[in-house]
Amino acid sequence: MTNQVIKWDASIAREIIAAHAHLDGAALPILHAVQDAFGFVSDDALPLIADALNISRADIYGVVTFYHDFRRAPPGRCVVKVCRAEACQSMGGREAAAALLADRKLDWGETSADGALTIEAVYCLGFCAVAPAAMIDGEPLGRANAARLIAAVSEGAS
Amino acid sequence: MSALKIFVPGDSAALAMGSNKVARAVMVEAERRGIEIEIVRNGSRGMFWLEPLVEVQTPHGRIGYAPVSVADVAGLFDAAFLEGGEHALRIGKPEDHPFMLRQTRLTFARVGIVDPLSIEDYVAHSGLQGLQRALEIGPAATLEEITKSGLRGRGGAGFPTGIKWKTVADAKADQKYVVCNADEGDSGTFADRMIMEGDPMALIEGMAICAFAVGATKGFIYSRSEYPHANVKFERALRIVRANGGLGPGAFGPDTMFDIELRIGAGAYVCGEETALLESLEGKRGVVRAKPPLPAHKGLFGKPTVINNVLSLATVPAIMNMGADRYAHFGMGRSRGTMPIQLAGNIKFGGLFETAFGVSLGELVNEIGGGSATGRPMRAVQVGGPLGAYFPPALFDTPFDYEAFAARDGLIGHGGVVVFDDSVDMLEQARFAMEFCAIESCGKCTPCRIGSTRAAETIDKIARGERPDANITLVEDLCRTMKMGSLCALGGFTPYPVLSALKHFPEDFARAPRVAAE
Repeated sequence: MTNQVIKWDASIAREIIAAHAHLDGAALPILHAVQDAFGFVSDDALPLIADALNISRADIYGVVTFYHDFRRAPPGRCVVKVCRAEACQSMGGREAAAALLADRKLDWGETSADGALTIEAVYCLGFCAVAPAAMIDGEPLGRANAARLIAAVSEGAS
Repeated sequence: MSALKIFVPGDSAALAMGSNKVARAVMVEAERRGIEIEIVRNGSRGMFWLEPLVEVQTPHGRIGYAPVSVADVAGLFDAAFLEGGEHALRIGKPEDHPFMLRQTRLTFARVGIVDPLSIEDYVAHSGLQGLQRALEIGPAATLEEITKSGLRGRGGAGFPTGIKWKTVADAKADQKYVVCNADEGDSGTFADRMIMEGDPMALIEGMAICAFAVGATKGFIYSRSEYPHANVKFERALRIVRANGGLGPGAFGPDTMFDIELRIGAGAYVCGEETALLESLEGKRGVVRAKPPLPAHKGLFGKPTVINNVLSLATVPAIMNMGADRYAHFGMGRSRGTMPIQLAGNIKFGGLFETAFGVSLGELVNEIGGGSATGRPMRAVQVGGPLGAYFPPALFDTPFDYEAFAARDGLIGHGGVVVFDDSVDMLEQARFAMEFCAIESCGKCTPCRIGSTRAAETIDKIARGERPDANITLVEDLCRTMKMGSLCALGGFTPYPVLSALKHFPEDFARAPRVAAE
């Protein structure tokens, strides 16, 4: 599950949208497919989706901005999701996350200047019995204390 | 001779502890030694402190070795682990482990044992018998059976499943839906994920039984983007069952139809609330709907809809198979059957523990969970996710039961138990509850949308020692308003962790005023 994304291309976007537009309540499947392809949901995609679904641009703007997952700008080549929820807090997740952010000089949701890394907050990855939890390009990492987390991110973002 | 079977869990928690690397190392080492093996990526047994737990099939049953790291693999081969040989990591038969022996596994009977993507395995372990019985006795008797079992919604609300199904069955409509709520957003919970990864066909069968009983032809499962591995596995299971005729035209016999579509949320906690989930499935913002109308009358796309949690639906085949009476025989009071409890956070033996309702919280975290992982004294246990109360050790005698927790201003929710040791700052936990509500509020109700932000700010003032008494009163007042004035459980229940922290850990809120500079 690496971020094999392609550069924004309106004609490819149209194809992706058309492939999902027949679904009932197609907005989320379309937005996911667009983000999977390009790494983010470009502003240029919104009118295309609105047209395909016969809804207003305001409607699709409302949807895309409601959900935390959808990025409005390209992410780094490596995306790290770090859990900030209670089970991870109980095992020092706050400290591990703070150490990673300090090590990379980034804040939540930011992408490094060289485009190598994005660190995102997430609330529960579902392996709370091996907390703290993180996910590096979709691969789960348990017992992600500061040292293990920083080492794994260095490997993933190298 | 068939290849030797080795089980290396593909469960996300096992992956998080390196099981993919271990599986590869086992394969490479076997090839190097010229031994033919077959690796099965089973679900997890739920003993996560032992992951990766590698099992080998021997004539005397399956023998486990745990926790296995890549560095252990060659040594295991040297110790003849393929025949169950002695080794420092050998734990014997996993099912004989004390953590397993104390459980009653009904919903999780197959998880960790079967190959999740093998229909043959599923059928060999009593799969499809529940659906067959439902088809034999018909929809009305199936509804009767589920009602009699006393099954209540395992998502958290605890609403009787049979009554919900009956309401949809009685509704007249050209289209009805079954929706499975797999938006398992509560911190400290992973039971839904374990089912999707470890026994997805049980969930498919449960949804099929429900559809047959209420007359629905279409099912949706709404999962989380945070569960990419579960989603891949579940989608593959859907394809396999469909290819075998278990879904699609003729699913329940000639001229019948039932199929399931997997949908994935996008990081909004509130979409675990059933009406927000339905909005999201319809392609809209996940904004909560006012009830009534109930989803059973006007649900997805305005049609009668059963919406149930993964655990409720995955338990249905077991109930149909063993019979309602036997299922209802487990439990206490109005909480019948078993609950898959998830022990998480700062706990020594964390994992999935399915047991009859009635076990006490203290038994769970001390005897079964083995105390804190750090070895420090436990100070607080949050039960039921981010909307659940924090209980101090003084309340450890509370039995795991919907009503018993409610009587102590708590809730069991989806069965998540998160342990904190004595390093926890309960003011910080109370603040986080409000902050989380502010981040995740759908924005429909003012008490939730604005109350949570104001409460977080007010708790910051308490932390700075600014008029603590007056500000605590203000937080309590905000909590009351949120409880009474919010449409759904997000705004309505966020006060639980906050008020419980204030009530049971007042010392953490008595901050000395910070001396102003100069």
